[in-house]
Amino acid sequence: MNSSVITFPGSNCDRDMDVALKKFGFKNKKIWHNDIDLPKSDLVVLPGGFSYGDYLRCGSMASKSKIMQSVINFAKSGGNVMGVCNGFQILVEAGLLPGVLLRNKHLEFICKNIFVKVNDKNNQYFKDIEKDTLELHIAHNEGNYFCSNDQIKKINDNNQVALYYSDKNGKIDENNNPNGSIKNIAGVFNKEKNILGMMPHPERMIDISISGEDGSIFFKNLIKNLK
Amino acid sequence: MIVNEQIAIDHGLKKDEYKKICDLLKRIPNITELGIFSAMWNEHCSYKSSRLHLKNLPTKGKNVIQGPGENAGVVDIGDNDAIIFKIESHNHPSFIEPYQGAATGIGGIMRDVFTMGARPIANLNSIHFGSPQHKKTKNLLRGVVQGIGGYGNCMGVPTIAGQTNFDESYNENILVNAMTLGLVKKNKIFYSKAAGLDKPVIYVGSKTGRDGIHGASMASAVFDEKIEEKKPTVQVGDPFTEKLLLEACLELMAGDSIIAIQDMGAAGLTSSSIEMASKGKLGIEINLNKVPCREANMNPYEIMLSESQERMLIVLENGKEDSAKKIFDKWNLDFAIIGKTTNSKKIELYFDKKKVANIPVNILVENSPMYDRKWKKTKLPKKIKFKKEQLKNLKITNVLSKILSNPNICSKEWIWQQYDHTVMGDTIQKPGGDSGVVRVHKTNKAIAASVDSSAIYCLAHPLSGGKQIVCESWRNLIAVGANPIAITNCLNFGSPEKEKNMSEFVECVQGLGEASKYLNFPVVSGNVSFYNQTKDVGIKPTPTIGGVGLIKNYKNMVTMDLKKTHNILLVIGKTEGHLDQSLFSREILNEKNGPPPEINLFNEKNNGETILKLIDKKLIKSAHDVSLGGIITALSKMCIKGKKGATLKKPNYLINQFEYLFGEDQGRYIVEIEKKDLKSITEILEKNSVHYDEIGTVSNNELIIDDKSKVSIDDLIKSHTTWLTNYMSK
Repeated sequence: MNSSVITFPGSNCDRDMDVALKKFGFKNKKIWHNDIDLPKSDLVVLPGGFSYGDYLRCGSMASKSKIMQSVINFAKSGGNVMGVCNGFQILVEAGLLPGVLLRNKHLEFICKNIFVKVNDKNNQYFKDIEKDTLELHIAHNEGNYFCSNDQIKKINDNNQVALYYSDKNGKIDENNNPNGSIKNIAGVFNKEKNILGMMPHPERMIDISISGEDGSIFFKNLIKNLK
Repeated sequence: MIVNEQIAIDHGLKKDEYKKICDLLKRIPNITELGIFSAMWNEHCSYKSSRLHLKNLPTKGKNVIQGPGENAGVVDIGDNDAIIFKIESHNHPSFIEPYQGAATGIGGIMRDVFTMGARPIANLNSIHFGSPQHKKTKNLLRGVVQGIGGYGNCMGVPTIAGQTNFDESYNENILVNAMTLGLVKKNKIFYSKAAGLDKPVIYVGSKTGRDGIHGASMASAVFDEKIEEKKPTVQVGDPFTEKLLLEACLELMAGDSIIAIQDMGAAGLTSSSIEMASKGKLGIEINLNKVPCREANMNPYEIMLSESQERMLIVLENGKEDSAKKIFDKWNLDFAIIGKTTNSKKIELYFDKKKVANIPVNILVENSPMYDRKWKKTKLPKKIKFKKEQLKNLKITNVLSKILSNPNICSKEWIWQQYDHTVMGDTIQKPGGDSGVVRVHKTNKAIAASVDSSAIYCLAHPLSGGKQIVCESWRNLIAVGANPIAITNCLNFGSPEKEKNMSEFVECVQGLGEASKYLNFPVVSGNVSFYNQTKDVGIKPTPTIGGVGLIKNYKNMVTMDLKKTHNILLVIGKTEGHLDQSLFSREILNEKNGPPPEINLFNEKNNGETILKLIDKKLIKSAHDVSLGGIITALSKMCIKGKKGATLKKPNYLINQFEYLFGEDQGRYIVEIEKKDLKSITEILEKNSVHYDEIGTVSNNELIIDDKSKVSIDDLIKSHTTWLTNYMSK
């Protein structure tokens, strides 16, 4: 399985993502934002960080960088693209996913472990994950997912929600919403489900003796089921 | 403008210093030269009041690769790996402009570390604010925390530990001390010593603007009511550019084209160029027209004194200019050849084809002023005799709840949740423990680090206080299972021109020198921040110690959370019940006099080393050092972290129960062990002459102190976690 992680100026989780993908068997390449061509990939990952310093709007400048044209073409032709944290912000700025990411409701950066409920397992990203909730990690200032009523209807009609913030048992409510996201949404797909964006960082949860293992579950499933 | 004495005084120089400049130059300096002198001779850059005393600190040891004098200290951690680290203050700017002041403090210390070739792997900070009731405190705290987070988070370096204190002595002078650790290969360490003639001098990074002019001079002066006017001396940070600069520098450092490299920190281009020339015993010639400027019409004086951030100065090998430029082009950073090394031993500056400064380097550095300021010894205060009646009506559980919710004890989660503490994927002990711990990427080794200060003890008796902080740092490393290696210090004091403050400085430094020598825990880097003073009142003496230790196998790391019901709890080290200067006596009895607890360096070392032996044999299930608030506070924190209770036995001591529970005797730890290991553990402790007391066992949901005093874990958690969140949301 070949993967590519894009490094934008200001990306800072590109190494962590590279480490995680390789740990679970991907042949990963790090790709520079100024390159034009993507190498042959089964998965393209936009990592977390502060691309272009989050200036203007998180992800907005990165969404216009050279490599993104190839990433957009790749995604539109059905290629698998995943954006985590800042990568999610870039995907919505590029118009590949619906909605926007606003500042956290408390206006504070937040770094902590949270639980997410997996909404649907009929897709390659979450197919064989036995658990209903995963313990993952968030670290962001702008993770407050928002979209219009029309959009939310479409998202629900097409079953596009990937993850909801929840408690350990999958309870979705205001107490378990760390950043104010509409309907507790932590991650979404495009309609075809080849593009996934999410705020939580699975790559920070891949070592039991460090942080917990639910990130490992995610990556193990990914390499097994990605088409 | 013709320079005269008054202009020199306006630059913060003293009359006799100005006279010395004229004598050394054998002429009157021009304004640019005067600016350079004022930047190099202020307290912040020249250490003129502290040098005499700092030279007595122990700075060598078997693991020390580089001690003080470089951008940061370097220690060996085996396998060709080394850790580069330093702590630095950004106090004055943070009070004037909390967000930018704190942010650029973080940026500055990270540059000090990566300028030596290391990738930063952890940040720590020690921040001190005024009384929570003071009108400025809340906004300053919010601004500083957001500034630290804003910069560190963007850089992608985890903030793994810290310390936050409140005390009215910081009402008008907050402290922001930032520490960074970086990882480097031993054979790829870069220094600031220039070498060779006609080597190109390169400027890289951000453009130079008019921000931060005279920042270092501002930081060398007392505050008064006009302090708001100093806002333009505060630098403005751009963490995004710094992230690019980090990656570009490390990319260039992978090759072999750098002779010397120095970041432009305090006093910007002035101090960086002069330091490189001075260390290399060379001259430097700079054409200021080549310096990339952000604003039009900047003059030589402004260019030399700007403290714009995210800039570096590099002396390159000849012929490597093009390949180096390519790297900086890739990262979209300025790259300019601005001068060359010469054999003149002078700093020679040109602007519009005219020579605008011409100063022998040794005059600026070796001939800089050095003062033996007045000081005197502080007597050990008399011990306070507490009257029985004072203690009679106190209810232990009420006292405990008050102590746990004290601003200086309570949980600081509201703060560290705003710092990314997990990026880089190697954080194995988060903030809130005794030390922060990060794994050395792709190895089994881990690095522990902690920051500590105890201004209360230092004020009561500076010599004991100085020793105590080093010991506390040592204990915090031991408690997680790390072998202490070395320390960095940030010495925050009032005005050295006042005998009281200078006395505090001298004896704190003596104390910390004594302790670090005895513990083989040398000082490898640091910084001095004087003039933390508004008008006549200085802060409490606040030396901050950053300690670094090595855990050979990260799987042997110890945490403080209680693990298993029925396990046995031991206190290592002797409990005598010292209440003077304790949190209990200050906050509950309102007694602020008396001596701080005594430091016994032999016991400190012996207890610590023996605990490491026990950890090595995997006999310790959890551990926590006993400090502020005594045994019961330490134990409560272990309960809170582990969500477990504890049942205490009746102590075999004759001392009062409050002395026993809240006394702050030093050199102590609480450890949790399994019953089956009790015999082998006590044998080891006895063989090593370590005093221990079996104080109780781990239980389920309650902390049971005696028949009358019980608290549920939920109540402990509530006492500990609510104060700061409530305070900040009001």
